[in-house]
Amino acid sequence: MNRLPPQIADWFTAKGWSPHPHQLDLLAQKDLPAQLLIAPTGGGKTLAGFLPTLTELTQPHEGLHTLYISPLKALAADIKRNLQSPIDEIGLQIRVEDRTGDTSATKKKRQRADPPHILLTTPESLALLLSYEDAPHIFKGLQRVVVDEIHALAESKRGDQLFLGLSRLQALCPDLRRVGLSATVDDPQAIAKLLAKNPDPCPILMADPGPNPIIRMLCTKTAPPWSGGGAKYAIKTVLEQVKRHKTTLIFHNTRAQAEIFFHNLWLMNHDSLPIGIHHGSLSRDQRERVEAAMVNGDLRAIVCTGSLDLGIDWGDVDLVIQIGAPKNVKRLVQRIGRANHRYNAPSKALLVPANRFEVVECVAALDAVKENDLDGDPRGPGPLDVLCQHILIRACSGPFLADELYQEIKTCGAYLDLTREDFDRCLDFTATGGYALRAYDQWKRLVNRDGHWQLRDSRSAQRIRMNIGTIQDSDLLKVRLRGRGGRPLGEVEEAFAAGLSQGDTFLIGGQIVAYEGLREMTVEVSRNASKKPKIAVFGGTKFATSIKLSHRILRMFQQDSWPDLPAHTAAWLHLQREVSQLPQPDRLLVETFPYDGNHHLCAYGFAGKNAQQTLGLLLTKRMEESGLHPLGFVSTDYATLIWGLDPVNDPAALFDADSLKDGLDGWLAGNAVMKRTFRTSATIAGLIERNLPSNRKTGRQATFSSDILYDTLQKYDPNHLMLDITHREAMKGLVDFNRIEEMLTRINGRIDRMTLDRVSPLAAPMFLEIGKVPIRGSADEALLDRYEDAALDEAGLS
Amino acid sequence: MTSCDLILCGETLTARASGALYWAAQRTLVVSDLHLGRSERIAREGGHIIPPYENTDTLERLESEINALNPTTIICLGDSFDDLGATASLTELETGWITRLQAGRKWVWVEGNHDPAPLDLGGTNTETLALTPLTFRHISTSTARGEISGHFHPKATIPTRGRGISRPCFLFDEHRLIMPAFGTYTGGMKVTREPLSGMFGRDAQVIITGKSARRFPLHSAASKRSKPSASSSG
Repeated sequence: MNRLPPQIADWFTAKGWSPHPHQLDLLAQKDLPAQLLIAPTGGGKTLAGFLPTLTELTQPHEGLHTLYISPLKALAADIKRNLQSPIDEIGLQIRVEDRTGDTSATKKKRQRADPPHILLTTPESLALLLSYEDAPHIFKGLQRVVVDEIHALAESKRGDQLFLGLSRLQALCPDLRRVGLSATVDDPQAIAKLLAKNPDPCPILMADPGPNPIIRMLCTKTAPPWSGGGAKYAIKTVLEQVKRHKTTLIFHNTRAQAEIFFHNLWLMNHDSLPIGIHHGSLSRDQRERVEAAMVNGDLRAIVCTGSLDLGIDWGDVDLVIQIGAPKNVKRLVQRIGRANHRYNAPSKALLVPANRFEVVECVAALDAVKENDLDGDPRGPGPLDVLCQHILIRACSGPFLADELYQEIKTCGAYLDLTREDFDRCLDFTATGGYALRAYDQWKRLVNRDGHWQLRDSRSAQRIRMNIGTIQDSDLLKVRLRGRGGRPLGEVEEAFAAGLSQGDTFLIGGQIVAYEGLREMTVEVSRNASKKPKIAVFGGTKFATSIKLSHRILRMFQQDSWPDLPAHTAAWLHLQREVSQLPQPDRLLVETFPYDGNHHLCAYGFAGKNAQQTLGLLLTKRMEESGLHPLGFVSTDYATLIWGLDPVNDPAALFDADSLKDGLDGWLAGNAVMKRTFRTSATIAGLIERNLPSNRKTGRQATFSSDILYDTLQKYDPNHLMLDITHREAMKGLVDFNRIEEMLTRINGRIDRMTLDRVSPLAAPMFLEIGKVPIRGSADEALLDRYEDAALDEAGLS
Repeated sequence: MTSCDLILCGETLTARASGALYWAAQRTLVVSDLHLGRSERIAREGGHIIPPYENTDTLERLESEINALNPTTIICLGDSFDDLGATASLTELETGWITRLQAGRKWVWVEGNHDPAPLDLGGTNTETLALTPLTFRHISTSTARGEISGHFHPKATIPTRGRGISRPCFLFDEHRLIMPAFGTYTGGMKVTREPLSGMFGRDAQVIITGKSARRFPLHSAASKRSKPSASSSG
């Protein structure tokens, strides 16, 4: 049944369009409490989400009607643009506004007093709105909430925070209806469960997926290197492709790779094709300029990262190039959807592996896309650190009853199984810090007056609001050109800035700059004419390959020859077989070799990142116990690479299951993995303020690292909630010991040890992996021993 | 290597891996920047509620140094408390503990910028303390000779071949010494950063603390990391 109001139906006719079936289906079911639409990019998803709103707003409405939430600020602004034209053309009296971290304070204040009909915002801005005492006024009359790109949110704590926020919103507006818009995913049911208020049903609408994408690997005359992430070898061919297409998006997995590629691209861009760069570390100003140029069709290509990943409509993109292995089939498919943003036209995409191992990964990913074999790991129950923050946000908005809040939280799919005991522990933690020893009033953040929990000091609301959010930006420093009013260029991680010395050159925003100094927590730089930056760019996000992909790769390794692979990569695999072995199922290949002054061990378990990470922890524990001075390890889905000061002469002995397990808890507790997790979770839960590790105003010596708090809790309050949360969260990146035991049982001693005198072809890419875990054990003292003698000798002090 | 000797104005002093300094000839133990009461201060000021165990931990470590060395004099070199209010927040257990440590010993509280007034605890209070040829004060003056101070919480990164190893440190030349912070809830300032970097000449040295006390020329700690890629954090 077509229930489009006449003026909207006329608008479609005037445009010469007809609504997609899924748009009408969603409209027909608009009164259901929850609906999830799965549609490919370009499938008119956003309009589908808003049609019911536009329909209802053909009638007068007081106050806020629809809240639209997207994971990206840029997306909110983009939707505003795209929504305004139909509203104007249909002639509706609808006020649409966005509200993000970039919105001015005056406008934000006005929005709270006089909300628009449609408000476009992000999960963090919603959490902030919910923390105000006037939240009931702001959301009065709210009918619908549209969660866009819900698949992206559902994978992270931002989603957990959002869904908790929706439970609050639903309590304020009982008639609220929820709509989720998602790209193609492997398990729509899981997302529907997160979206709907439990136990409301949430029907899933599947739009026509459209024609299959045209996707292949880019063939180059030059072979990719064994190792390396830059794909520099392919730049000439990439430029040829850019020339042949109207607009090309060139995706990279990390910001660092995007910067390096962009730099090298311009060195070879002899035709001066207009090509821009866009990623999350660039200044807002710079990003907006690129976005505007893109909308105007002034750019032939954009080198970008995930900041352009989500469904932003930037115009006529007719080619997507993915540099580096896609790591994850789901994301690849979503990225490909960016090309040819017209329904019923196939998307066109090229994969450009950066090294030979990535050639194998790309081929496996292409097979998976062909078979529509999307990957995804189930997420565990809702994390308690996010819950703690939610309780604090709830307290900011006014007094509450514990029972009511508990019931409200249990309407969230992720917190369905939350026990009252866990809830009470979280409440106690937010109220008092959860330390048994302190009962004095000044230790209380929340107090219980007449059964109602509330802030002890209402001024603390300000501080809680300042720390809202679950995104863990490592501390970022602004980069600007030296001189009065120097132009801001972007941001770098504090740890990266700390390693710079005067004169070091690095890349930002596609240009080479030289480090001049640090001034009031801003990195000052000057332009530099050198051709090659001295220092690698700031770190990047780490992506795990899906387990499904790694199994495909292991299967490929069993072939006698590889006619489907480019000759250079087949030759590379033959060489691995010749100098070492290719990993086999139910056996464990362990290579040892010296490199760069350290001894290395590489264990190819193909067990998935979490299991390989756990194996890394276990093996380094055994090596530490055996006095082999391990220095650190890094894991991928395929292998774990460990390096240390001494050679491992008997790898099989390291794998003895009983010895692996002995003392495991203590080793885990002291490890960098735990400390990192603690820092993240403690910040989200409100144990530490975001600026604690490097409080800018009071000077560095007054602040201390979160590791100290972790160690102190371990020592004096080992049962504290925060350590429990840390353990639970860290285990999401690890596996239980029994999984490792199973693996060892399956291998049953079939360990193939290869002693090599150099890095093997297959181990070479491991050296580029980010996410190295340092082992801070006896190796530090051994290193200091050696350095001490040398340094004192040199200074004539010994 | 739980300690490392150095000579300041002709006096032999022992830098302990704990971050304490022992002047054996005078049986004097010096600790700086205890920052007791820090978690209480942060909570009181409406900040977050961090684990309130730093007093216990700091006093435990101080007690173990006192037990190991049996000094007759103990000098706390300023910022012993995170603020003046923090002294009032000590539990009976903690004040009793401090009194017990003071029994039979001379105990001097040097005033710091966080605790610039007499404390309501045993011991004597002073802005500076002169024990010829040495002078003890909280913040270093640039021209003093034989001066021992704290305040800056110096730390040094040793660029070993494997990775940079960062530890709190003593920073000194033959005239002056700056002590590391002894308190549990304290951070550090790199010796390469202003103003610390401008306070000593090329002949200065550091003794890093922590698991062991080890001496290095300042310039070797200040030099660039030998191989940045080898360490991803820390």
